[in-house]
Amino acid sequence: MLVMSVIVFVGVYAIGNPLEVLIPPDAPQDVRDFIIARFGLDQPLWRQYLTFLVNVLQGDFGYSFVYNIPVLDLILSRLPATLELASFAVLGGAFIGVPLGVYAGYRPNASSSKAIMGLSILGFSVPSFWVGLILILTFAVSLGWLPASGRGDTVEIFGVGWSFLTLNGLSHMLLPGVNLSLFTLAMMIRLARAGTREIMLTDTVKFGRAAGLSESTILLRHVLKLISIPIVTVFGLELGTTLAFAVVTETIFSWPGLGKLIIDSITNLDRPVMVAYLILVALLFVTINLVIDLTYRLLDPRLGGRSA
Amino acid sequence: MTEPILEVTDLCTHFFTQDGVVKAVDGVSFSLKPGQILGLVGESGSGKTVTGFSLLGLVDPPGRIVSGSVKLAGEDMAKLSQKQLRQLRGRRISMVFQDPMMTLNPVLTVGEQIDLAIRAHNKMNKTQARELATAALTRVGIPDAETRLDSYPHEFSGGMRQRVAVAIAMIHSPDIIVADEPTTALDVSIQAQILHEMRNLARESGTALIWISHDLATVSSLAERLMVMYAGKIVEEGPTAAVLRNPRHPYTQGLLNSLPAMAEPGHPLQQISGSTPSLLALPPGCPFAQRCPNAQSACEEEVPLVQEGESAYRCHFPIGGTA
Repeated sequence: MLVMSVIVFVGVYAIGNPLEVLIPPDAPQDVRDFIIARFGLDQPLWRQYLTFLVNVLQGDFGYSFVYNIPVLDLILSRLPATLELASFAVLGGAFIGVPLGVYAGYRPNASSSKAIMGLSILGFSVPSFWVGLILILTFAVSLGWLPASGRGDTVEIFGVGWSFLTLNGLSHMLLPGVNLSLFTLAMMIRLARAGTREIMLTDTVKFGRAAGLSESTILLRHVLKLISIPIVTVFGLELGTTLAFAVVTETIFSWPGLGKLIIDSITNLDRPVMVAYLILVALLFVTINLVIDLTYRLLDPRLGGRSA
Repeated sequence: MTEPILEVTDLCTHFFTQDGVVKAVDGVSFSLKPGQILGLVGESGSGKTVTGFSLLGLVDPPGRIVSGSVKLAGEDMAKLSQKQLRQLRGRRISMVFQDPMMTLNPVLTVGEQIDLAIRAHNKMNKTQARELATAALTRVGIPDAETRLDSYPHEFSGGMRQRVAVAIAMIHSPDIIVADEPTTALDVSIQAQILHEMRNLARESGTALIWISHDLATVSSLAERLMVMYAGKIVEEGPTAAVLRNPRHPYTQGLLNSLPAMAEPGHPLQQISGSTPSLLALPPGCPFAQRCPNAQSACEEEVPLVQEGESAYRCHFPIGGTA
């Protein structure tokens, strides 16, 4: 995390000087100097970094240059929106993708399996901004069934608003959620299919059949458990990636989440937001990977955790 | 005479590959009485495993049974639907495979796997199923069976794992168990144990065994009848003692000669020259002709099965002369 923070800090520093954006060109010199001193921008880089580090350890990520509120508050206020959208998308993608993939792996030659594989190739190769626009065009503009932007009604829980608890909020979430889930869906289909195909050829399956197990028992009890490890791995990574970088989708659907925040911050050279955001993302990935590793132990008894 | 429990007539299982048709099993016939132990011997690729799978209706594409019939207690299995076949498997006929490492699912406990096999044919509640599973493990000689149910396969030794597989195969006391080299992957000392246990279990429950192996020595200590398979065909069959003492087919003789026990100390082991012919391009007539020391021009013609008392062989020029 420390290394990460250095890289992020220096990297963001190198992007450009926020003063050019923040201070009107016609501002008098004393205002300029005041602002520079206030944000500590007159200090050398290493001193800025040290100050930052000390503050962060105290839970203080500094103030946003642009919004002039604590960065942490800013990010936390945006987090629920992204959290629910990403979870919706990744969970949806997994719950639909895995069964489809298992089916496609179980009957690799059926025409329905080929259709599923075609879908997954589309999910991989069609750019998500294009799909997003098409979705808006179809369901929001032409058919008028679903709203195209914003979060809709929210319900306050723990002091923050959540959309998924209201019908209106859910309908707002549907289009961006579908858009965001396509990649996960495609990935899950591929993974589940490859795993299933491989396992269907093993003696485990044959032995199960020789014992008279039905095909559905074999798929549900044997195959699903055996393919779960790669699935869980990718699920975690997808969740992390989607949470952190749902930029395109959030921009298209004007979803007020983290992706939009980071894009705005980069345009405005809002350094503290960028730094804090990237560090949080790193933290997020580390946490997710930890959880995945712990899940492995539950899924695969061979990885220790219990003694014989 | 008791009615045979299994009757196989002219079974042909072919694989339709891109390179052509592989006749893995080509006209195999035999019958099995209840409780009988039949040894099926042959080299790798001779079709013995495919024969086993054919009996359970478990031949994977591109292979399929193209002709012949398998009758289990008089019922033709080819006429059964997939569902009816499934109801036979595990209950009337089951199978033990070569490598228990590969057959047991590494991420399910042994108890769960036995439980699945029990409930495939028997609706019973968890407690009853667990009792039955414990009894099954105890029967195959696993100590402390009740607690071992919660162990995973990797926590067992190779021999113990195979015992678990045997327990699963025997859980419904089937009429027939096809044992496909079940001891090949095990230590020699464990081999003998499993061998004896399976024989005793079969005796107790009246289960007939088809013991598939490439190891003539193992099979001969166990089986009442022997069948020797070569390139998809049965080249010799008969009571074990007769086949061993008085082999008629040169291939059987070759197998016997190549046993280490037959060699004089200090002399090299004898081997059958050449290798198994490709099943894609079998020569006409006897498939063993090219490797046979006694081959003559007549061997290029189709060889009929010659019955001789309780035995039979497929050779124009059998060892010891024609009867």
